[in-house]
Amino acid sequence: MAFEEKRAWVMIVVTVGAYAIYVATVLSRAGDAPLADVAYAGALLWTIGGAIVTAIVAHIAMAIAGGHGADRTDERDREINHVSERIGQSVVVIGALAVLIMAIAELHHFWIANAVYLAFVLSAVLSSFAKIMAYRQGGFQTW
Amino acid sequence: MVKPTQVTNVIRALRFAHDEMTQAELADRVGVTRQTIIAIEQGRYSPSLEMAFRIARVFRVGLDDVFQYPDTEGDPS
Repeated sequence: MAFEEKRAWVMIVVTVGAYAIYVATVLSRAGDAPLADVAYAGALLWTIGGAIVTAIVAHIAMAIAGGHGADRTDERDREINHVSERIGQSVVVIGALAVLIMAIAELHHFWIANAVYLAFVLSAVLSSFAKIMAYRQGGFQTW
Repeated sequence: MVKPTQVTNVIRALRFAHDEMTQAELADRVGVTRQTIIAIEQGRYSPSLEMAFRIARVFRVGLDDVFQYPDTEGDPS
């Protein structure tokens, strides 16, 4: 398995794991109260920060465990990365439009912040999934 | 999702003809990952022109001796 494909798997696991922790935390705090009243900001920032740090640490650990040259990348990796990131960014654009509408509708900031977080999560998952599929099939042909 | 390539190659045969060069060794000499060499050999990925030249240069042969393309493709008639 290519190093970048392993990184994509790690990204999916870390992103989904962090989001699951966040959702579980918010739901447990809510109880019977409305969700919008829950103190979510701390959990949101900590899980995003934790996911970033975990992904970096996992990347370094994989590079060390793989030995010399394990994290080498080439033009195929760069092509796959570019196309996959573009696919993932489409979700961010959709999320941004959704948030724009939510802001115009003056929805509670809880829903706006959570819509942005969900867009980031879906973007990372879709991008990583596209990357994995590309590696399985050989790569994207950009011509 | 991924467009199949029509470019075929004889990299595998050339490796064996060159002291059974491993995919890892070829990858090192071309400066790419072993997975990319595998993908090219299996016809799942067609390399850039520059990478194709680097591969041909390792075997000291011309580009046409490594990569082939069907004659009918792109025929304007």
